[in-house]
Amino acid sequence: MVGLAIVSHSSKLAEGLYELTNQLSRGKIKIATAGGMSDGSIGTDAVSIAAAVRKAEDGDGVLIIADLGSAILSSDMAMELLDEEQKGRIVIADAPFVEGGVAAAVEASLGSDLERVKEAAQAAKGLRKL
Amino acid sequence: MTIDISIVTDVIKAMARVISENKEYLTQLDSAIGDADHGINMDRGMQAVASKLPALSDKDIGTLLKTVGMTLVSTVGGAAGPLYGTAFMRAGQAASGKDELNEEDVLAALEAALKGIKDRGKAVAGEKTMIDSIEPAVKAYSDALKSGIGLAESLNRAKDAASEGMEYTKNIIATKGRASYLGERSMGHQDPGATSACLMLVAAARVVSTI
Repeated sequence: MVGLAIVSHSSKLAEGLYELTNQLSRGKIKIATAGGMSDGSIGTDAVSIAAAVRKAEDGDGVLIIADLGSAILSSDMAMELLDEEQKGRIVIADAPFVEGGVAAAVEASLGSDLERVKEAAQAAKGLRKL
Repeated sequence: MTIDISIVTDVIKAMARVISENKEYLTQLDSAIGDADHGINMDRGMQAVASKLPALSDKDIGTLLKTVGMTLVSTVGGAAGPLYGTAFMRAGQAASGKDELNEEDVLAALEAALKGIKDRGKAVAGEKTMIDSIEPAVKAYSDALKSGIGLAESLNRAKDAASEGMEYTKNIIATKGRASYLGERSMGHQDPGATSACLMLVAAARVVSTI
């Protein structure tokens, strides 16, 4: 199963999305979070993102769902900290945080491959709420 | 002229000090066009770096610089973390295994750092970022070396070029980073990243000029 790594500037946001995605995927997939800095302040940390990716990895790859700004730069940096072998199975979604995360979790829980999980997350960009 | 690990350590300490002294100033610049955290973030990162320096005194310069990079990556928190982190890590790769750096080694480290920032941020000069002070500095250093000028004076010229580049960011409309949300309203403001980069280069040049 494809796993999810949730990356946010805020640990609470990351935990919140974890709750949502974990419920919707009914615990079928591995989801790990990297939210905020280790001292509790707001920010993103490539080292903890790399750790979250390793935790979410099941052999079928991991999709990174990140919030904004430096979350993407730090996720990009985190890739460099992973083993060469693992790098090829990690993708950053260009997707909205909540909607993209939820769509990815549902798709991954159906057993879809990394490419389809990424597409599901990215398709959430065009979702209309009204 | 060469610089050894104790000089490089002094350079990093001086960088940490200048960031700490300018924490409010950097945050003030960032509040105009960003999210008002650059000074706080950089100071947190450089203080973490400073606390690791004593344990690195018996390592080679490459290891020292790579450790500085990794520390910044995990403590800065904003975009400056991966950017400066990559810069120091790439400089560390360029200086891998070396106990002393000569003029050419310093050039290789500076060039690797600049390339790392450009790769990471997918940015080029003229976009109102730290690249606008670092790129002219690296060029000035390289030009000075080519004309036979020594390490300390070449670094001096690099710092002057960084300062000019930093000033010039006031005349640029941001197209990268948080400031790009402001578009034309970013005009007239000096870029915080270009400023922190310039401050660190000034600190480095000052340390090397006193040896």
